[in-house]
Amino acid sequence: MPHSLVTIANLSKEKILSLLDNAACFEAQPNRRLLEGHVVATLFFEPSTRTRLSFETAVNRLAGRVIGFSDAANTSTSKGETLKDTIMMVSNYADLIVMRHHLEGAARYASEVSPVPIINAGDGANQHPSQTMLDLYSIRKTQGTLEGLDICLVGDLKYGRTVHSLIMAMRHFHPHFHFVAPPELAMPEEYKIYCRQNGISFEEHTEFDSSVINNTDILYMTRVQRERFTDLMEYERVKNVYILRADMLTNTRPNMRILHPLPRVNEIANDVDACPQAYYFQQAKNGLFVREALICDCLDIEA
Amino acid sequence: MKDKLQVAALENGTVIDHIPSELVFRIVDLLGLNNLQSSVTIGYNLQSRKIGRKGIIKVADKFFTDEEISRLSVVAPNVVLNIIRGYDVVEKKTVTMPDELHGIVRCPNPKCICNNEPMQTFFHVINKETRTLKCHYCEKELHV
Repeated sequence: MPHSLVTIANLSKEKILSLLDNAACFEAQPNRRLLEGHVVATLFFEPSTRTRLSFETAVNRLAGRVIGFSDAANTSTSKGETLKDTIMMVSNYADLIVMRHHLEGAARYASEVSPVPIINAGDGANQHPSQTMLDLYSIRKTQGTLEGLDICLVGDLKYGRTVHSLIMAMRHFHPHFHFVAPPELAMPEEYKIYCRQNGISFEEHTEFDSSVINNTDILYMTRVQRERFTDLMEYERVKNVYILRADMLTNTRPNMRILHPLPRVNEIANDVDACPQAYYFQQAKNGLFVREALICDCLDIEA
Repeated sequence: MKDKLQVAALENGTVIDHIPSELVFRIVDLLGLNNLQSSVTIGYNLQSRKIGRKGIIKVADKFFTDEEISRLSVVAPNVVLNIIRGYDVVEKKTVTMPDELHGIVRCPNPKCICNNEPMQTFFHVINKETRTLKCHYCEKELHV
C-alpha cells in the first residue's frame, strides 16, 4: 500500500533496517528507472535548498519527473490559500508529495487530507525523518552496526530536532549517549525521561574535551545558534567552547567518525575536513540513497 | 432536602451537579445549551458542603451522549450527571477523560498547524491521572 512518511517514531526496528538495506542497494546502483511515468511534487513552503536538491536528485536518478516550488512566496499560499487546498490541488497532478513547512504538524495534517502519499521533509521544529534515516545510515555504514555504540551529541541539544529524533530512532539499538551542551542548551527533561523509559543509558557533560572525544564511536556535532540565547554575554562565553579542531582528534578511537546535519558555521574548524574522522560531507551524500529508498517505499515500489 | 425537591421537579432529563460556580457558563457553552429548545434551569452560587459554592444545571428532556459528557472532562472533571426519568434519578454519571479529544482544547503552540488552518484540534490523552495531553499534530505535550 502506498503510504506517507511523517515521522520515524513509530517505525519498527525491522522496518528501519530494511529501509537502510534498500538505501545500500541504491548506493551500489543509484541510477535505476523505477519511477518512470511517475510525477513527484516537491512543495517547499519554507526554503531548504539542500534538502530539496537531495529529494529532486533522488527522483531524477530514478527517472521520475519533478514539479513543485522552492519558496511559498510565489504561490497561492501568499494569497491566503489553505494548506489543505494547496495539497488537494497538487495531488491532482502528482503521485507523491514531498513537503517542507515552517509549521509543526503540517505534514501530519497534509497526510490526512491528501489522496497521495506525503513525505515530510521537515515541519518546523518537529520532525525531519529523512534526516534521521540518513544519520542512521551513516552510523551503520561507518561502524558496521547500529548495536551498542557510544554516541556523543554536542552543541544545541535543547532545540536541535535532529538530535531528538536520533535518540528516538536509536532506541532499538542499545546505544550509550553522551550529551555535551552548555546548561542553557542542555537536553530537555522530556528526552531524558524518554531515555530512562526506553532503557537508553546516557551521561551529561558541559565540558567538551578529550575525555568525551576519545571515548566515543560517533561524534555528532550541531550548531550553537546565537538566536537561541536571551543573554548575549552568555552566548559569547559558550560559542567557542563547543568547537572541534583537528588537534583534538589525535587519540580518538580508530573507528570514530564525525557527523553534522549541516550547514555548519564555525563549530567544526576547517582543518578537521582533512582528518580521516570527518564524515559530514559523505553523510549528506548518503541522504540521496536514503531518499531514493524512502520514495520507493512510500510508493510501494520494489527497490 | 431543598436540592432534592428541585431535582425531583424534573420529569425527564439531566441534572448536572457539583459544578464549580465559575464554570457554569463554560459548561453551558461546551454543551451548546443555549441552542436547546427544551427548558433549561441554571443555578449558581448555591451552598454546597463539598465545594463551598456550586452551580447546577437542569436540562429537561435531554440525555447527553458519552461524547458530549467527555467534553466536560477538560474543564470540570468532578461534575456529576443525574439522569432523571419519571421524576427519579435512574443513573448517576461521572465524567471520565476520553482517549482522544477533538475540537475541545486549543493547542498552546502558536506554530502548530492547527492554529493556522481552519481545522479541528486533536489531542491524545497520554495520562488521565496527570491530565497530560499530546497534540496529534505538533506532538507537544500539555496539562489541563
